[in-house]
Amino acid sequence: MSAPKPSSSPGTPAPPVRRTRFFAVLAGACGGFFLFDLVLRLGGIDKHSTFRWEQWPGAHGIVGFAACLLLITVARFLVRPLVKRDEAYYETTPPSRAGGQTGEKTDA
Amino acid sequence: MPEALPPAFLYLLGALVVPFLRGRFRQIFALAVPVIGLVNFYLIPPGIHWTAHLLEFKLILGRADGWSLIFTHIFTFIAFIGILYIVRDNVALDLSAGLLYAGSAIGAVMAGDLVTLFFFWEMLSLGAILCLLARGTPSSGRAAMRYLLVHLFGGLVLLAGLVLHLAAGGGTALEKIELSGIGPWLMFLGFGINCAWPVVGAWLTDTYPEASVGGIIFMATFTTKTAVYVLARVFPGEPLLLWIGVAMVVLPLCYAVIENDLRRVLAYCVINQVGFMVVGIGLGTALSLNGSAAHAYCHILYKALLFMAIGAVLERTGTAKATELGGLGRSMPVTCLFCCVGALSISAPLFAGFVGKSMILGATAASGQGAIYLALLFGAAGAFLMAGIKVPFFAFFHRDSGIRCEEAPLNQLLAMGTIAVVSLLVGTFPHQVLYPMLPDPSVDYEPYTVGHVTDQILLLLFCGLAFALMRRTGWYPAEIRATNLDADWIYRKGGPFVYRLADRSLNALNAAVSRRFLGGFVPALTGLLTSAGPRFVCFLLRPVWALQGLTPEEIAAARHSVFQRAEHEAFPIGITAFFGVLLLGLLSLLMRV
Repeated sequence: MSAPKPSSSPGTPAPPVRRTRFFAVLAGACGGFFLFDLVLRLGGIDKHSTFRWEQWPGAHGIVGFAACLLLITVARFLVRPLVKRDEAYYETTPPSRAGGQTGEKTDA
Repeated sequence: MPEALPPAFLYLLGALVVPFLRGRFRQIFALAVPVIGLVNFYLIPPGIHWTAHLLEFKLILGRADGWSLIFTHIFTFIAFIGILYIVRDNVALDLSAGLLYAGSAIGAVMAGDLVTLFFFWEMLSLGAILCLLARGTPSSGRAAMRYLLVHLFGGLVLLAGLVLHLAAGGGTALEKIELSGIGPWLMFLGFGINCAWPVVGAWLTDTYPEASVGGIIFMATFTTKTAVYVLARVFPGEPLLLWIGVAMVVLPLCYAVIENDLRRVLAYCVINQVGFMVVGIGLGTALSLNGSAAHAYCHILYKALLFMAIGAVLERTGTAKATELGGLGRSMPVTCLFCCVGALSISAPLFAGFVGKSMILGATAASGQGAIYLALLFGAAGAFLMAGIKVPFFAFFHRDSGIRCEEAPLNQLLAMGTIAVVSLLVGTFPHQVLYPMLPDPSVDYEPYTVGHVTDQILLLLFCGLAFALMRRTGWYPAEIRATNLDADWIYRKGGPFVYRLADRSLNALNAAVSRRFLGGFVPALTGLLTSAGPRFVCFLLRPVWALQGLTPEEIAAARHSVFQRAEHEAFPIGITAFFGVLLLGLLSLLMRV
């Protein structure tokens, strides 16, 4: 198989129209399933939920959304400032003053 | 019906033969071994097979029951798929490593006693190290060394636990052991190191991304899942596992978010998913244990598929970093499709992950553990966000990185396609394909209820919505070329630090001792001993010289002469004889006294 020719210039994100359309479809799907869940709840269909909060319409959706938001926020504002180092952090170690082979490169 | 062969040795023999073959013969042979292994698997009847005696231990090389057969089945399948994925490159080390690794893992899960298990457990590390060396880069060589050191430590911990367990009267049977006494605790920790528990499992994300594109498939399949199998055998229902599992589910995700290397992102997600299995083992109910086995089976499938897709990208573009990739969906559309199938297989209905993971979630809910259930939902959402959205998005969609490359080769597409189809089959027909193989097939479980499906779709869709919203608003953190410190820092920085500390302290001590002892004390003692004789002689001769009426200058000259003679050992025989007689006389006097 041959490499396809470029159809857009490097570094360009997807066209805004396509991104907006994709976002609209995704939001619509979320809304649709939320309504479906609400109908199930109002219709008295037993979902065999164990915990009371699971009976709320769209509970798992809200949990998923909150989980992602919490995860991203914690990772961005708490974890990254603590653990981020230069990409070559493990590449070199300072040479030993008392001799020995400690000045060699370690891993990237 | 022909009799089955010990499956582990089939692969180990294959691994030994592969390096001696060349060209197409090697490719055909390497592919034939797992095919024969697959046929051989179906010939193994339930029961105990292939026993031997070593010292006073009875070794059981084949215990075929629900637990061992489901793990052997998936290991056998992945051995075939993995070899198919790498067969085109025809690298002897890669092929041998895959077969050796598969043989070791199958040997471990078929083992019926702790001694046999330990043997194959250690062999696993050898397979993994070869998978790392097969990459052939200096960095992979160093990763192999780190892997070796960590797993040597883990192996020693396990061995110490095993010996103490035996010494305390425990048998070698591979069965449930109570977590009491130092032996079982050390065994627990030894298994935990291979299971990638928090802190002690940092070796996984440190080394996996350094493996060859094929090697990482075997690594992601065999080591952690063998540990899951052993934990399920030896410590089912251990409450501590619940919290260890929760930590495994939650903590790696924070790293996955900020990680730039997509293979490392997947490695963090491996730990996250193994955490679900560990929680299932910790719960210890029939449903949760079945769930752990089912999830291990399904996770092996979709994680292999994701690693294969990103491996193909790495092979074609030379990088797996999010900052350098993007827009490859146009260059590699089929690989992109398979990657999306892998992403959906994490937990979407109709795909493998859904029918495995939901059993563990159901068992957790049934046990009334609300906090753990919420943590698992958090982990499920995070895993989908990372492995299911981030990885395909940054590799195949996102912006156009400008990279134009060819589609993955046919053998890799075939391997990925086969797994994708199996994932769909398992997910769509779990009662026909997967559930009959579970350790306790009598447990009744239905994943496809209105509640399960709706809840799961809601969870996944809202994860996608959260990702899209955070990308649009700039809340999602930018991908950055960086190193993120993890627990591997302890041995990657701590190791050289201990080395330098030992270098400076012990070498300094050595130099000080050398200076004081060899440079000071020893010469002083030598001088004292060499001058003691002539000094004593001079002391005895002083009255003689006084009676002779020698002047102080003449006495000094006589002293100098005595010292010179002592130095050259040139005393006249008469003087030596005189002192000899004097010594004998003194001794005789002392004896009489």
